[in-house]
Amino acid sequence: MKKHEMPPMKKNETPPTGAPMKRPKPKIDFRALGRVLRMLREFYPVLLPVTVACIIFSAATSAIPALFIERVISSIETWIDTGDWASARTEIIPMVLILIGLYVVSIIAITLYNQLMVYMTQGFLHKMRCAMFDRMQNLPIKYFDTNKHGDIMSYYTNDIDTMRELISRSLPTLVQSSVTLLVIFCIMISFSVWMTLVLLVGVTVMLMASGRIGAGSSKYFIRQQRSVAANEAFVQEMMNGQKVVKVFCHEDACRKDFEVLNNNLREDSFRAHAYANILGPIINNIGHVLYALMAMVGGLLLAFEAPNLTITGIGIISISVIVPFLNMTRQFTGSINQVSQQFNTIAMGLAGAKRVFALMDVEPEADEGYVTLVNARRAEDGSIVETEEHTGLWAWKHPHGDGTLTYTPLEGDVRLNGVDFAYEEGKPVLHDVSVYAAPGQKVAFVGATGAGKTTITNLINRFYDIADGKIRYDGININKIKKSDLRRSLGIVLQETNLFSGTVMDNIRYGNLDATDEQCIEAARLAGAHDFISRLPKGYDTELANNGSNLSQGQRQLLAIARAAVADPPVMIMDEATSSIDTRTEAIVQRGMDRLMENRTVFVIAHRLSTVMDSDVIMVLDHGRIIERGTHEALIEAKGTYYQLYTGAFELE
Amino acid sequence: MLKRLSRCVRENKRPAILTLVFIVFEVIIECLIPFITADLVNRINAGAQPTDILTTGLLLVAMAVVSLVCGGLAGYTCAKASAGFAKNLRHDMFDKIQSFSFGNIDRFSSTSLVTRMTTDVNNVQMAFMMLIRTAIRSPLMFIFSIVMAYIMGGALSTTFVVVVPVLVVGLLFIAHKAMPAFRRVFKKYDRLNESIEENVRGMRVVKGFAREEYEKKKFGAAAETIRVDFTKAERIVALNTPLMQICLYFNMAFVLIVGSKMAIESQGVTIDVGQISAMLTYGIQILMSLMMLSMIYVMLTMSTESAKRICEVLDEEPSMHECADPIREVADGSIDFDSVSFKYAADAKKYALEGIDLHIRSGMTVGILGGTGSSKSSLVQLIPRLYDVTEGTVRVGGVDVRQYAIEALRGEVAMVLQKNLLFSGTIKDNLRWGNAEATDEQLVEACRLACADEFVSSFPDGYDTYIEQGGTNVSGGQKQRLCIARALIKKPKILILDDSTSAVDTKTDAKIRHAFRTYIPETTKIIIAQRVASVMDADLILVMDGGRIAAQGTHEQLLGTSDIYREVYEQQTKGGSSDEEA
Repeated sequence: MKKHEMPPMKKNETPPTGAPMKRPKPKIDFRALGRVLRMLREFYPVLLPVTVACIIFSAATSAIPALFIERVISSIETWIDTGDWASARTEIIPMVLILIGLYVVSIIAITLYNQLMVYMTQGFLHKMRCAMFDRMQNLPIKYFDTNKHGDIMSYYTNDIDTMRELISRSLPTLVQSSVTLLVIFCIMISFSVWMTLVLLVGVTVMLMASGRIGAGSSKYFIRQQRSVAANEAFVQEMMNGQKVVKVFCHEDACRKDFEVLNNNLREDSFRAHAYANILGPIINNIGHVLYALMAMVGGLLLAFEAPNLTITGIGIISISVIVPFLNMTRQFTGSINQVSQQFNTIAMGLAGAKRVFALMDVEPEADEGYVTLVNARRAEDGSIVETEEHTGLWAWKHPHGDGTLTYTPLEGDVRLNGVDFAYEEGKPVLHDVSVYAAPGQKVAFVGATGAGKTTITNLINRFYDIADGKIRYDGININKIKKSDLRRSLGIVLQETNLFSGTVMDNIRYGNLDATDEQCIEAARLAGAHDFISRLPKGYDTELANNGSNLSQGQRQLLAIARAAVADPPVMIMDEATSSIDTRTEAIVQRGMDRLMENRTVFVIAHRLSTVMDSDVIMVLDHGRIIERGTHEALIEAKGTYYQLYTGAFELE
Repeated sequence: MLKRLSRCVRENKRPAILTLVFIVFEVIIECLIPFITADLVNRINAGAQPTDILTTGLLLVAMAVVSLVCGGLAGYTCAKASAGFAKNLRHDMFDKIQSFSFGNIDRFSSTSLVTRMTTDVNNVQMAFMMLIRTAIRSPLMFIFSIVMAYIMGGALSTTFVVVVPVLVVGLLFIAHKAMPAFRRVFKKYDRLNESIEENVRGMRVVKGFAREEYEKKKFGAAAETIRVDFTKAERIVALNTPLMQICLYFNMAFVLIVGSKMAIESQGVTIDVGQISAMLTYGIQILMSLMMLSMIYVMLTMSTESAKRICEVLDEEPSMHECADPIREVADGSIDFDSVSFKYAADAKKYALEGIDLHIRSGMTVGILGGTGSSKSSLVQLIPRLYDVTEGTVRVGGVDVRQYAIEALRGEVAMVLQKNLLFSGTIKDNLRWGNAEATDEQLVEACRLACADEFVSSFPDGYDTYIEQGGTNVSGGQKQRLCIARALIKKPKILILDDSTSAVDTKTDAKIRHAFRTYIPETTKIIIAQRVASVMDADLILVMDGGRIAAQGTHEQLLGTSDIYREVYEQQTKGGSSDEEA
């Protein structure tokens, strides 16, 4: 993620491959621009206008001095032959003083707006980041299953960075240059309409040229992005498979393949930058030509004593008109140059903003649940009373339509009744699945990949919502339970363990933020993780980085089990929780696991049948249907699919 | 470091130098242009003839055209040189990585290598472009402008004696203050992004534990420190513009006051109006070029991190070398370990393997069992010389593996790695990694041996089925069988399977082993497995424990002699049959 230092290329600029390449001109997305501005105004109702005022003010105060300079110069001209500095001074010095006054004001305005801009930009980006992250936390799991993680990440890295450029640099420059252009334009008209018209013709040429080159440059930048992506994909694949490459002595073939991709990238990168590099000199020198042109036109008008048309009336063109006009020409073209340099940044920044907005506009996970999980105790009469403090007894607090409240103790009774489900419309994954898990029972799911084992657990904790049927938890329809409370009561251990940066202790405590160190260590013992943790250089204070890459896959799974253990939930879901622990270690872990599963409702998914053999009931799934159910003994007896799996006649994949 | 990188410029030296030449011309003209415009203004002021004005104007146009051509060409050659330079960097790095031994590969994570070859190279490319475009331009501009200012302004140019040092000191101060601040922020920023990535990846855990609010708070706090630090750093840099403006304005005021005094007192002899105008222009140019220099300075220092990371790869010495006069023939598939000890890093305290003595005759089938971390893989990786032993010798076909040409050795010792991969391409492409010249019949035959032909033929495109990156469109068991087939195509004298049938069902597993026995009896086969069933019928079974061979013998012998073996065997067969694994 080292993208920010110099982010001249934005990955996301690449259109989906295969998109038609017609007119790849960067377009300014005005809707995104409007939204960015509205948000800025909303975040900074006072600072934004102040900043804009400062920018306008500084632009105006840096355009006006040009006039004063000309006045000073023409005074010098009138006095130059007299050699009388003493008298000239009285006229020149006050003008320079006004000039200095303007400069001071201008510098104050510039300093102020530069500082304010930094403050606002960083504040804005901070708010965007937080808003994105907050929204992301509330998105349904489906979003993460259907979007590539790399794409989600690029919102935070590339897109936010392009927005930084946009807000901190491009927008102020745009405002400033526009004001400068406007001010100068007004002054120019007041000097000479003819010459202004000539200048406008020249400026049109300038704009056309920059548009042409800009289009060419962005076309190749887009191509460059594709080449970069192709290069990156190849390098990534080869770096991952480097050991295989070595084993097969395939180095030279790889070199050859890479050479082709590398050359393509060079070619596209070269063209993209060549166009971009040429833009500056072209605009600049058209400026010079314009300057010469204006001088010549002015000179000719002067020589032929042409009448001068200004907005104040008709007069004679004179040197005092032409010389300041020439200087204004330079300033005018300079400002246009600045605007044209910003064009790409603006287009890219807005494209980034658009993507960020798209993320922020994704519909969040709906939660209409109103049944909550509360601490409770048994009153003397046996009824359940809600308490503040932790008692070890939990209850579902169920408000009813008539204003009454009922409390149901949390026991871990989970029933699925005729559940149908499809991730995608028309592609059903589960058909009429019914599962009854009484409190304390161990229910196992067995079946090939794609049979729907994990899907069932996804439905129990409502990562996905069922299409048809009912799921009841302690007799309550889970749709009525607040999602966070539902999930709090379910401990999950997944095949793919995800650990977070932080110490081992932090990671275990993730299951229960209030757990003491002792409780965490106890949980680690239970999971059989204590031994290896104690052997780590810093024990429980060992820092885990990069998803715990310094641990083996098996050790990570043990930590994940400890994390679930410390949460002490009445229901546990173990999805291939021990798949990476070798059979020998598993035997050791098994004792801890057995203790962990005691008095809990447990759903187990496992490839390794030894893990599920002692379950109260084993469900064999095939293509989303439960085809067999029963205890290990009963299923072996039945000599059905389970028997075949058990004897190794079937491949579990 | 610079020397190392500059070696990658190579054929791009010409466009790079051309860039410099064009820029020199461009700068000269750009510096002459104010001179001409001053002249033009003077002529107009003096009421010159229209033809006079026209000629000077046309001269200006001509200069602009030349400057345009030079500038354009410079932009062109500069893009060519920097793109070429970047290409060479990528080429050299890739080349270097291909020459890495396993030991080298272990030192770099694959993601870090990818970043080095993409983002870092891009940063260096940008810095290089900036360097050749402006590193000569700005100082030249500065010198020319100073000289021209001196010629035109004479005593008036003393203003620069004051302004330039102030600006230089100011800019350096700002850069000096800002850079460490930025480095700190970027580090934190990287960490923030890493934690977002972690969060995205672990979203099921976050949601499963209902930790959304907790994560939001954590993120909010981390993001807030970034905001504060970033604001601090950026605010320092934001002083650049006002500082520049102050210098510029001071210069203007000074030139106007002192200039007008000098001009009027001398009646235009020491200095005239046009020269005062020119002085103003040169002032801007001088100060701008200083500003550019400070920007280059900042950009170059920022990209040194990237350059360093690139150089780390380029300077990494391959830790394995072929001997001077390598042997290219492997006699047979016999393997001998003579008191071998091995550790992964020279400074590692613990040996991965210790005191290994092992003799395997050609054609034998050897099974290896052992828990996680018992160094089963370490042992077999020494045979194709993926790593070099620390002590002792490993011999293949009676010859020390270090005396073979690596390609010859690995051609005869086929190894199916534990973490195995198929590459994007058709199944045929993947299989031909084993032997680029293999005929279609040979591919099918190898797949039959590995029990892969059946499912490959069932695909609509058969052997031309396209394998996605990472082999995501075939199942784990299918992938493993294809990897075995790929190794078989080499027709090796030694075949090593490092836990390569873990996802294959027991029946197929047995079928594959049977095929090995029947069709390639003369090949030495080494099988690492978790399942006792996979190794039970081997001629020799090794039980590894903590880097040593704890026991060796046949199945029957080990049941009697090895507690570990018996324990594993009983555990896996309780209930009467072997079980399945993920």
